[in-house]
Amino acid sequence: MAHMTPTPVMDPAADRTMVLNMGPQHPSTHGVLRLLIEIDGETIVRMMPDIGYLHTGIEKTTEAKFYQQVVPLTDRIDYLCPMTNNLAYCLAVEKLLGLEIPPRAQWIRVMLNELTRINSHLVWLGTHAMDIGAMTVFLYCFREREDVLRLFEMVSGQRMMTSYFRVGGLSMDLPLGFLDRLKKFADRFPGNVDEYENLLTANPIFMERTKGVAYISADDAIALGTTGPTLRASGIDTDLRRDEPYSGYENFRFKVPVRTEGDVYARYLCRVQELRESIGIVQQAIAGLPEGRYKADAPKVVLPDRENMKTQMESLIYHFKIVTEGFTVPAGEVYQAIESPRGEMGYYIVSDGTAKPYRVHMRSPSFANLQALPKMCEGRLIADVVAAIGSIDIVLGDCDR
Amino acid sequence: MPLAPAVTDISQLKDRPEVARLLDWKSSAVAGAKFDRNELTIWIERQDLLDAMTLLRDDSQLRFNLLSDVTCVDWYPSEPRFEVVYELRSIPRNKRVRVKVKLNSDDARIQSVINLWPSSNFFEREVFDLFGIYFEGHPYLRRIMMPEDWEGHPMRKDYPVEGYR
Repeated sequence: MAHMTPTPVMDPAADRTMVLNMGPQHPSTHGVLRLLIEIDGETIVRMMPDIGYLHTGIEKTTEAKFYQQVVPLTDRIDYLCPMTNNLAYCLAVEKLLGLEIPPRAQWIRVMLNELTRINSHLVWLGTHAMDIGAMTVFLYCFREREDVLRLFEMVSGQRMMTSYFRVGGLSMDLPLGFLDRLKKFADRFPGNVDEYENLLTANPIFMERTKGVAYISADDAIALGTTGPTLRASGIDTDLRRDEPYSGYENFRFKVPVRTEGDVYARYLCRVQELRESIGIVQQAIAGLPEGRYKADAPKVVLPDRENMKTQMESLIYHFKIVTEGFTVPAGEVYQAIESPRGEMGYYIVSDGTAKPYRVHMRSPSFANLQALPKMCEGRLIADVVAAIGSIDIVLGDCDR
Repeated sequence: MPLAPAVTDISQLKDRPEVARLLDWKSSAVAGAKFDRNELTIWIERQDLLDAMTLLRDDSQLRFNLLSDVTCVDWYPSEPRFEVVYELRSIPRNKRVRVKVKLNSDDARIQSVINLWPSSNFFEREVFDLFGIYFEGHPYLRRIMMPEDWEGHPMRKDYPVEGYR
């Protein structure tokens, strides 16, 4: 972060270029991204992203917390997909513990994760289209997003910072009537996606602004560490849900949308198709949701049922121990990666055998994907920067952590 | 599901292509290996890092083409104090491997892998910023998270978390 330095980080190479500062307060940078852009006329010669304005030291904070206290922190990293972060963290700790999760909890986790993906993609679609000048889509997307947030509120009590997952399962079972409401939404949603596509997919203005813009080749995309839809739009067929199944994703059927054009339009098509696939997974999860427990049978890790605490002394003791001392995790290290709406969300956790993590590192997809932005923009027109930023779908909270 | 004990004996890990290829190439470069919780970790000597990483990326049997992550663990006060951690992923083989390099606190410098994977640019800057590891050959090694004039490296274990700085 260079906001303390008076001198520009970038010096114009020749007299004919100038340095343009974009952000951190710019409506199209989706947060507090600052870009230093060296331009020659309207052509970008060089671009340098400057981040860190949202750095909150979450990684450092985790080192002073019990394992279960880290869950609410993970929500705040990528605030558009809190459940994805919850899941990645919980899976990593469960991998450290060697804990088996009951199928019902796994299916609910998958179901909510796909809803989170829909939530995140809707915000992306609305803001991205608005950046390019299509205002209506934004209003439509946020209409459906409101429904998703209401479902989140129903299940966890919170619209955004859900913290619903726990190490070992979920904080509570699904509320009564949730599945009916979710089913109604899932039946209606494909029609809503058709609405968005009617507005954009064949819209000549939108195509003009996005086709062939911010192209990145498959080799460059891999070399620059991009993952998720940004990589798939460049023709690389990879999706961690399918390639490294976690949380029972192997039980679901879904397609992985891949495009080969590598431009903004291809990334748009990938994500819109993912909306349809996600709602398909939600439908499958509703139809096949198994009965059973919603948390693992591990009294030393998972809080006991409230009812048992009133009648059984062991439950009360375990509850007291977990809340006051936390639970210990065997020493070791794991890296658990999952497919977040933006790409590979990885948690690297080192345990030293105590009740607090020794080191938690988040490999956030926005941080890596942002590196591809200069490659997409250099040598092209300054007017396309906004389309390029929208198309890599970064969240600066995720980027800076 | 009880945890299977970690395999740390390198001779038992020779059937893994990652370990086998590295040992064939230069057995002195491999400082150790571990297979734990379904994840393979290989320790590489610092001076051999670039060559070993080139092999991991370019060998036709390995092809680790995506650098997922670079991070660091501070084992203060024990020595060697730092462990730089590279998470590699092979998209064509759908495999992962973790490469680690141990560094002493009085000489916390390591070769940058930016010429192999340009994606290490931000990752290495973050490790430099938060841990103070110096990456030799990095063209733009500046703070990325903290303000430019910040003193100290906050993720180090001996960095004070309360009181006046």
